[in-house]
Amino acid sequence: MRAQNQSEDVTPRQWQTIKLVENPYWRYGLVILAIAYLFYSVGTLDINWHRMSTGLTRANNMFSRMVPPDFSRWELLVKGILESLQMAFAASFFGMILAIPLGLCGASNLVPRPIYLVARAIIVLSRTFHEIIIAIFFVKIFGFGPLAGVLTLVVASTSFISKMLAEDIENMPPGQLEAVRATGASFPKLLVYCISPQALPRYLGVSIYRLDANIRHSTVVGIVGAGGIGQVLAATFSRYDYDFSLAILMIIVALVFLGEVFSNWVRSGLR
Amino acid sequence: MTLDEHARKYPEVWQRFNPRQTLIRYVWYLSIVAVAAWSVSNLDIPWIYFLDAHVQAMDLATRMWPPDLDFVDKLYDPLIETIHIATLGTVVTILIAFPVAFLAARNTTFNAATWFIGRLILVTSRSVNTVVWGLLFVAIFGPGPLAGIWAIAFRSIGFMGKLVAEAIEEIDQGAVEAIEATGASRLQVLWIGILPQVLPVIYGTTIYRWDINIRESTVLGFVGAGGIGIQLYSSINLFAWQEVSLMLTSVFAVVLVSEFISAAVRQRIS
Repeated sequence: MRAQNQSEDVTPRQWQTIKLVENPYWRYGLVILAIAYLFYSVGTLDINWHRMSTGLTRANNMFSRMVPPDFSRWELLVKGILESLQMAFAASFFGMILAIPLGLCGASNLVPRPIYLVARAIIVLSRTFHEIIIAIFFVKIFGFGPLAGVLTLVVASTSFISKMLAEDIENMPPGQLEAVRATGASFPKLLVYCISPQALPRYLGVSIYRLDANIRHSTVVGIVGAGGIGQVLAATFSRYDYDFSLAILMIIVALVFLGEVFSNWVRSGLR
Repeated sequence: MTLDEHARKYPEVWQRFNPRQTLIRYVWYLSIVAVAAWSVSNLDIPWIYFLDAHVQAMDLATRMWPPDLDFVDKLYDPLIETIHIATLGTVVTILIAFPVAFLAARNTTFNAATWFIGRLILVTSRSVNTVVWGLLFVAIFGPGPLAGIWAIAFRSIGFMGKLVAEAIEEIDQGAVEAIEATGASRLQVLWIGILPQVLPVIYGTTIYRWDINIRESTVLGFVGAGGIGIQLYSSINLFAWQEVSLMLTSVFAVVLVSEFISAAVRQRIS
């Protein structure tokens, strides 16, 4: 950005890169504001610098206790991972199904205004809260265990997929819609012959992406008691079983990586 | 061609897929349903809990209403702290994600080994959830916003690094060659040839990630990593649901505003 400052003789004829903010007063003003904010925020945060300086030795201590990873309790590990995977699969499936009606209702070119507003409000509301907050409510209502985790992920998946679906439908060219409507097609026929062929590839792609995201999230909802490998992981941290923690983390990284590879493979096949 | 064959080849009703494609599609659908059914049946879900779910939900709702408005004074500082954690975490992210993105992009990395290291950092960072990073950093730095900032940063590096690396791989190579032809050093090529091309992506993803980070930082307190989550978690554990509902309302407002800011800024940039 400020590449021209590097050379010694700044002549007016020198080439300048395009600036994000055209007005120099605004540009430098924003930079000064940003620096001021940095000082202000670091100052107000209750940061214990002494604690931070001892952090390095603590981190060192922790890592030495983490290595080598302890895979001896692999039965617990496999059980947790399997539960997380099953939670992710079940949640993605129900999310996919629930997202269809919600997504259709959230498309302004298909449904009357009031329905559209209600659907959008539901989507926004369920997207705003972090999965863990939603998980706490489900744990309260349905008790500890994977059910609460599955329902949490269902809520998150539904809102995500339906938002994408609704936007996709809204961005469709109006020509096809009008053409199918002009043949006298009923609303269900409109869905089958006009909306679904156009929306299906992206809908499936988004769903597969969501499966990949659900695998990632299923590893964490357990921290508040909603089942899966996260519950095991949180327990190992509170018992300072760091070598087992590392084993779990390594498996999670591998699992997420495989999920990503799978998701990319399916999505490239869909295109 | 007999009449039968002709009818099969040119059916009267138009079909989008031929029988083979249809079969493959149905096999896919069937396997998706089978996997879902296997998962649900293996989770031993206590279906009986659904019977009184509405009672429990109503119970929760009545306990949450009305929000405890006296609590507002205690809310201000943790909320500000939450925003600070998200913002400072994003600042730290930019500083780390940028070099890593150059390692992870095929056309700017040094060799296969550095490319692999870059990718490994990105995958690891993304696979581990912010809250799990929070657990880790609370163990290192002790409870407080500092652990939160590092947790946010470590999770965001993978997100931003991946998007920036993809942007670097898609740049116009012509500009880079032109700069190289002037005899520029490697650093100058980076600074003048590549950076300006990916800057819009960097600004866009930074703002986008900041908005996600606001949401994430609201729960970091559950593991002791600062912000409103600490208050929220203790209120939940004390069953002080009227405080919880007030806090959730404030979180909702903050997240909504940050999303609005993020969308507005991204629109201005693009």
